[in-house]
Amino acid sequence: MSRVGIYLPIAEMSVNMLVLLAMGGAVGFLSGMFGVGGGFLITPLLIFYNVPPAIAVATGANQVIASSFSGTLSHLKRGTLDVKLGLVLLVGGIIGSAAGIYVFAYLRQLGLLDLTVSLLYVVLLGSVGGLMLVESVRAIQRSRAGQAASLRRPGQHNWIHRLPLKMRFRASKLFVSVIPILALGAMIGFLASLMGVGGGFIMVPAMIYLLKVPTNVVVGTSLFQIIFVAAFTTVSHAYTNQTVDVVLAFLLMVGGVAGAQYGTRVGQKLRGEQLRALLALLVLAVAIRLAFDLFVRPSSVFSLAGGV
Amino acid sequence: MPSPRVAVLIVGLCLGGQAFAQQEEPQPEGIQIGLSTDSVAITSDFSGTNLTIFGALDNADPLVSRQGRYDVIVVLEGPPRTTVVRKKTRVLGMWINTELVAFRDVPASYSVATTRPPQDITDPASYKRLALGVDNINIRPLDESDSPITIEEFTEALRQQKEAAALYVENVGGVQFLSRTLFRATLYLAPHVPVGTHKARAFLFRNGAFLRETSAPLSIRKAGVEQQIFEFAQQRSLPYGLFAVLLAMITGWIGRLVFRRD
Repeated sequence: MSRVGIYLPIAEMSVNMLVLLAMGGAVGFLSGMFGVGGGFLITPLLIFYNVPPAIAVATGANQVIASSFSGTLSHLKRGTLDVKLGLVLLVGGIIGSAAGIYVFAYLRQLGLLDLTVSLLYVVLLGSVGGLMLVESVRAIQRSRAGQAASLRRPGQHNWIHRLPLKMRFRASKLFVSVIPILALGAMIGFLASLMGVGGGFIMVPAMIYLLKVPTNVVVGTSLFQIIFVAAFTTVSHAYTNQTVDVVLAFLLMVGGVAGAQYGTRVGQKLRGEQLRALLALLVLAVAIRLAFDLFVRPSSVFSLAGGV
Repeated sequence: MPSPRVAVLIVGLCLGGQAFAQQEEPQPEGIQIGLSTDSVAITSDFSGTNLTIFGALDNADPLVSRQGRYDVIVVLEGPPRTTVVRKKTRVLGMWINTELVAFRDVPASYSVATTRPPQDITDPASYKRLALGVDNINIRPLDESDSPITIEEFTEALRQQKEAAALYVENVGGVQFLSRTLFRATLYLAPHVPVGTHKARAFLFRNGAFLRETSAPLSIRKAGVEQQIFEFAQQRSLPYGLFAVLLAMITGWIGRLVFRRD
């Protein structure tokens, strides 16, 4: 066993390399398949493996860059990536995360941070996952019954389409106002910085259901946008807290980029509604796990910080 | 498992001058430990190890030695750190961290080796007085204004968490006499042993009574690439962060070339 052990310079602990490669691979696979960064999966996994939480959050963000960059390159080549849409979302995201960082500090001052973040996770993941599951199962049933399983019904316009400042997004076959896109990006950036994640698991359903972007374009665009969010998170954690462990991140990345390539291929083979149903199940599973932690009495009510 | 043993040697053995001593009053016993190295280097393949410390008794009474009435306890105490213990309580049905107590100068690790089970060496009061053993480490809160009951509860939780993490360990039988005066202590260093200046301490007992204590510093530090990465992250954190991002993008790009499936 000592042959596969490696000492992490920042986390200051010895870990099994194979476990980390496998962990990165599994999360990378899901990342490539669904267009989520995987931060909401990798961070809890690392904490479960006894990596200190602050290092898990920052290093998770670093690993997310690699798998989303790798996935983005695949989508770029296939043409299933809307760079223009991604950039507009990103502008909104930066505004939102700046606000999120401010609220984060304020909640911590009030001592409400732990509660808020835990509740946000459970409520958001639970409702997003639940709604997606219901919708996608209905869509699968409709397509079994022989109807067209499309979210894009011609002639259907909602209030979003009446807003000014319209812009054309060719890859997404969209002609909409930039206002809802910026607002969506800001909202997700806000939540993401509060919760310490990239926000892919909210971004993907929001683009599908609110902006009506085709599912295959959503995945690539979401990954493209996540690269920037994760890079920003990595640099700010490295600069302010010195909590990015590059050795740990590198092991996760190697597993992650391999997984992301396979995941992207599997994702392309699935139909939109199947992909949405699987993502819904994944998001719901994480929500249930977190709810369990929150509502069930822990084995030890005590924990150490700043020492272990 | 090839466990890299850390060789530690004796500085002083039983010394000359015994001829004089025999004519006068018997000299008091002494205990010595010596570390041939004053630092243990942690490299990338470190996965925990056993640290061996040799030591010797001075002026040991041959009769007491023969009867096995000398006992030695060796402790390796990690660097003192401020440590926060949090407690979850139920708020509106949810388990949330609500209370915390911060403790000052808590040894980050505490590894004990003894010749025999602790209760056979001396009585609990002596352990308490010496602050010796996992249950007797002197742990004081940063803010003394909390109620004593709360502090006691959190202190106990701190010990349990440290024991669960294998940072506070006791190795009964970890000290063995190799001859009447020479002993060897084997102490376990966990894979996540804290880096910093540790303190090796040896306690000598005769017939259940504490005689003498000696100590020596031991620095456990990262070496080679590990140390360089750590320094890079600490001292030039912005370039380090940018490097981490660049590394991720290059890995992502190479990964795609190697594993591409389209």
